[in-house]
Amino acid sequence: MEEAERLVKKYFEFVSEKKFMGLKCKKCGAYILPPKSICKKCGSREFEWVEFSGKGSLYTFTVIHVAAKRFLNDAPFVVGVVQLEEGPRITARIVGVDPNKPETIKTGMPLKVTFIESDEKVLLAFEPEK
Amino acid sequence: MMKKVAVIGVGLTKFGKHPKVSSRELFAEAAFKAIEDAGIDLKDVEEAFVGSFLPDVLEHQGHIAPLMLDYIGLTGIPATHTEGACASSGVAVRMGYMAIASGLRDIVLVAGVEKMTDFPTSDVTEALALASDDLFEASEGLTFPGVFALMAKAHMDKYGTTEEQMAAVAVKNHHNALFNPYAQFHKEINIETVLSSRVIAWPLKLFDCSPISDGAAVIILASEDVAKKYTDTPVWIVASAQASDTMALCEREELTTFKAARMAAEQAYKMAGVKPKDIDIAEVHDCFTIAEIIAYEDLGFCEKGEGGKLIEEGETEIGGRIPVNTSGGLKAKGHPVGATGVAQIIEVVHQLRGEAGKRQVDGAEIGLTHNVGGTGATVTVHILRR
Ligand SMILES: [Zn+2]
Repeated sequence: MEEAERLVKKYFEFVSEKKFMGLKCKKCGAYILPPKSICKKCGSREFEWVEFSGKGSLYTFTVIHVAAKRFLNDAPFVVGVVQLEEGPRITARIVGVDPNKPETIKTGMPLKVTFIESDEKVLLAFEPEK
Repeated sequence: MMKKVAVIGVGLTKFGKHPKVSSRELFAEAAFKAIEDAGIDLKDVEEAFVGSFLPDVLEHQGHIAPLMLDYIGLTGIPATHTEGACASSGVAVRMGYMAIASGLRDIVLVAGVEKMTDFPTSDVTEALALASDDLFEASEGLTFPGVFALMAKAHMDKYGTTEEQMAAVAVKNHHNALFNPYAQFHKEINIETVLSSRVIAWPLKLFDCSPISDGAAVIILASEDVAKKYTDTPVWIVASAQASDTMALCEREELTTFKAARMAAEQAYKMAGVKPKDIDIAEVHDCFTIAEIIAYEDLGFCEKGEGGKLIEEGETEIGGRIPVNTSGGLKAKGHPVGATGVAQIIEVVHQLRGEAGKRQVDGAEIGLTHNVGGTGATVTVHILRR
C-alpha cells in the first residue's frame, strides 16, 4: 500500500499548508492522529484523509521555561495535550493564554486550531475558543 | 529450564561532575571495582552489555561497547551497546540476565555509563528530548521535563496531588543521599527550597528535577555454580521484566500512570513469586519528583491516586513501611542517564548484603528496581533477593 508509507510526511505537508488533517479508518470509521500504519481499533490499513474540525478541549498542559536550543527564543511558552472532538488527542502549542499565569489556564477549556511559525516551520497550535 | 542468575560483583564511580575524564575512564573505574569485588579475573568475563543513551550526540562517539571494553584490555568477547533512553542500562541488565539464564554464559559484565556535564544545558535539554516523539511532540517544543510536567498536571487534576507532596520526594531523597558517599549532592533541603526554586516546566521546578551528571556503574553477573565458587553472599536476580508503550504522550489512554511500568511490574512479581507488600526496599526512577509518586502507584506500594499521601505520611522514608530510594535516587544521587539502571541494582545489592552503612534498612531481604526510559516507552523492573 503505497499511501501508508508516506502518511507522516503527508500530515506535515498539510500542516505546512495550515490544514489540520487526520486519518479516518475506512473499515471501522475511527479517527487516527498522529498517523499510524494500522488502525489500533480494528487492524485495518485502509484510510482516507479527512479535515478535522479543529475543535477540542485542553486535556493537560505545561509551561516550558527552559526550552531546547531551537526554541530558546520562544520561552516561556505553553504546550498542551488537546482532546479533539473526533476522539484522538494531539500535542500542540497553546497560544492566546498567559504563560506567566498558569493558574489562569484551565484544563477542560474549549480550544480551536490555529497555526504559528517557529523554528522556520509552521507548527500546529490551539487557542481559546471565544 | 532457566538457570539462576546472581550478582557477584558491583562497582560504581561517584556521580556528579567529572570534568577531567571521558566516559571510557569512568567505565574503567567502575569495571575494575566490580571485577575486584567479584574476585574474578578480567579474562573470566565471557560477554558484556553496555547501556548508554547519548554518547553519539554529546560525546560524538558511536559503537561504544567495544570501545569501553578495549579500554580495560578486554577485546575478543561479544560486546553490545543497549539503548533505551534513561532505561538503557536497565535493558542491559535484562540482556545479561537472559545470557546467563539461558545457559549460554556463566559470567557476564553489565555496565551503564554517561558523560553529560561537559555540555551546555540547552544542548543536553535538546539531546534528552530525543527520547520523545520528535515529529509530534519535541518539535512542538515539548522538553523532557515538559513530558513529566504534563503528567504532573494530569495527576494534580485527577487526584489532588500537590506541589508540596512532590517537593517532599526531593526532600526525602536529598536526606538519604547524605549517607551515600557516591551521591552527587550531600545537602539537606526543605519543602521551601523546592517550592521557591525557579520554574523549569510548570508545575515542575528546578528541585523537582534530577541533575545533569556523569557516572558509570558496573555489575558482574554469574550462573549459580560459578557464583558459589566466588562468593558466600550472592544476590539473586529473581525477576527481570521489560515492557513498552507509545512514545507520544498524546496517544496514551491515561496520563497519570505508566502502562509499561505496570506491565513490567506485573510480570516481575509473577516471575519472582512475590507481591508488592513483600518488597523491603525499592530504587525507583525519580527523574522528576512526580515520577516517584507515580512509581509508588504503578508498583502497587499504594492504591492509584494515593502516591502523594504515601510520601506525605513518611511511609517511603528509611524506617517507613517501604523505604524508596535509600541511595538518594536520581534526584540526589545523580542521573547519568545511561548509568542509572545498573546503579539502582548496585544500591539494592548494597542493602541486601547489609553494606549500606548509615542508610541501611535492617533485615532487607527483597529489593526492587524500576527504570523508566524516556517518556515511559521502555520500562524495566528487576527484583533481587539475598
Ligand atoms: Zn479501524
